Amino acid sequence: MNDLSASSQITYRAVPARPAVARRIRGLSDQALAWLFITPTIVLLLAINIFPLVWTIYLSFTNYRANRANAPTIWLGTDWYQSILTDPDIWAAMQVTAHFVIWTVVIETVLGFGLAYLIDKKFRGHGMWTTIILLPMMLSPAVVGNFWTFLYQPQIGLFNYVVAFFTGRAASSFQMLGDVTLSPWAIVIVDAWMWTPYVMLICLAGLRSIPGYIYEAAEVDRASKWRQFWSITLPMALPFIMLAVLFRGIENFKMFDMVNLLTGGGPGSTTEVASITLKRAAFESWRTGYSSAFAIILFVTVFGLANIYVKALNRVKSR
Amino acid sequence: MISATTAHSVVEPSTTTRRFAGSLVVLYAIIAMIPLVWIILTAFKSPDDAISYPPKMMFKPSLEGFCNVFTTRSRQTPEFIRSLGAPQGLCDSLARSRNMVVAGPSNYVPRFVNSLIIAFGSTVLAVALGTLSAYGFSRFRVPLKDDLMFFILSTRMMPPIAVAIPIYLMYRSIGLSDTRLGMILLYTSVNVSLAVWLLKGFIDEIPREYEEAAMIDGYTRFQAFVKVVLPQATTGIAATAIFCLIFAWNEYAFAVLLTSGNAQTAPPFIPIIIGEGGQDWPAVAAGTTLFLVPIVVFTVLLRKHLLRGITFGAVRK
Repeated sequence: MNDLSASSQITYRAVPARPAVARRIRGLSDQALAWLFITPTIVLLLAINIFPLVWTIYLSFTNYRANRANAPTIWLGTDWYQSILTDPDIWAAMQVTAHFVIWTVVIETVLGFGLAYLIDKKFRGHGMWTTIILLPMMLSPAVVGNFWTFLYQPQIGLFNYVVAFFTGRAASSFQMLGDVTLSPWAIVIVDAWMWTPYVMLICLAGLRSIPGYIYEAAEVDRASKWRQFWSITLPMALPFIMLAVLFRGIENFKMFDMVNLLTGGGPGSTTEVASITLKRAAFESWRTGYSSAFAIILFVTVFGLANIYVKALNRVKSR
Repeated sequence: MISATTAHSVVEPSTTTRRFAGSLVVLYAIIAMIPLVWIILTAFKSPDDAISYPPKMMFKPSLEGFCNVFTTRSRQTPEFIRSLGAPQGLCDSLARSRNMVVAGPSNYVPRFVNSLIIAFGSTVLAVALGTLSAYGFSRFRVPLKDDLMFFILSTRMMPPIAVAIPIYLMYRSIGLSDTRLGMILLYTSVNVSLAVWLLKGFIDEIPREYEEAAMIDGYTRFQAFVKVVLPQATTGIAATAIFCLIFAWNEYAFAVLLTSGNAQTAPPFIPIIIGEGGQDWPAVAAGTTLFLVPIVVFTVLLRKHLLRGITFGAVRK
């Protein structure tokens, strides 16, 4: 392909006088160049993403175990899929994931939109404070999530101290990470702390995209501020809010690092989100075939969400 | 941060509204900063101050956390310590005050170096591949363009653990397990999707007329790309590179599952810094602080492009 584009470029240089021919040859050269530019990326993705994916699909129909690579591999058909979809533990993990995704997205959207709405009032120094608020989302969820286990320590942790200070309860009377009712909220709090700025930033872009003359017209019509918010601000920022919600939804559906470090899925399996279940099956009990099938099920789910997401992206873009 | 537009030019909020909004936002910012401030404070506490209750706001600063993250120490009898010569350096004397001697450097520096090599290596590759592809998608008629773009994006949607299972098997059979090259290739494949999407947005904004003018002047398409488009896209390429760097720097799931020693990066290493009798929190905090500093700097540098980066170029401003 390299040769083709080089030679056609030489041809083009040799015949600049005839526009029609030149255009055709230049077009050919462009086509060759286009493929030359795009192919390396596609090849890399095929090698590192698609080939492994196909392999996973194959493994999901077998009893292969990565820690017994020499054992004979038996074709099992769709056995794993059937057992996963009827396994109450898997559905429990899916419920934990749903609880995590729904609550984080709700809290982050409400807080994020609220913050964006306030920042959009353009008080003095809003630029600096916005940058400060954005910091947590840029940091490593693993490294910072790990530090939250220190803040959540019942005896010495700052979080427990602050809660104790305001509620009057003893700081050692509750364990955010060790209690079956509190630990699902412990991971929601850390995720909300990290990712509210993300939603805020996208909502802020939405609010800033609303042209001022619409508010002027509403003022002329004597629409109340309350009415303006519900019939102008919210509907016009909605595509941006949707975008943020979808992005957070997909990301939190895949959540692994922060939860793995904070609770590791525990206590028991109360915070065992789908990725943790998958990691336990794949890298602790080495049920490679079984976990491949589960991975495919998760991937299909995410892919479905991604499809909706890209459609929403395009809608926002076309605005 | 985003340059102020004049969207609400006439219907300006009143001074009271502004002050009220401002104080709420500042309150949120202060509360949100507490965990980060606490990391830095803990890094400078002595182990006893770090685990005291109530948590100490005022304390005598100590560099013991930083010493402990860089060294390994072994406990010795007081007689043995007395038989040694004068302590060598601050860390040694701090260790000796706890009946320990510095036994050698810890793994923190090698892990940090791995993070640097893998992050920069994968960023250079991803941005190079991404720039070429983005130009291809931006300027040429590519069959199935939308499908290819979606394919590229969809590879980033896969749950990391689901990708890690076959990658683990594949790397094991071709000898890339726990190698920097393996991690660089893996991170490149994750980052290239972001790079293509972001850079396509940036290159779309460069007027085609520039290249066409250059080509009329006798440049070939490739020369026009190198000499006209690339210089124009510098800002976009730099912003994209920083996003790729931050992803590779922060990544944990692949690193913890696919590396164990040689190629292990800092994120899976920092949480397992253990002192005597549990986690050595000042050392963890010191390691965390050093690890976070580059990201804070980059965030400030990047603030004008953050929105684009986190939405794959969908929202521009």
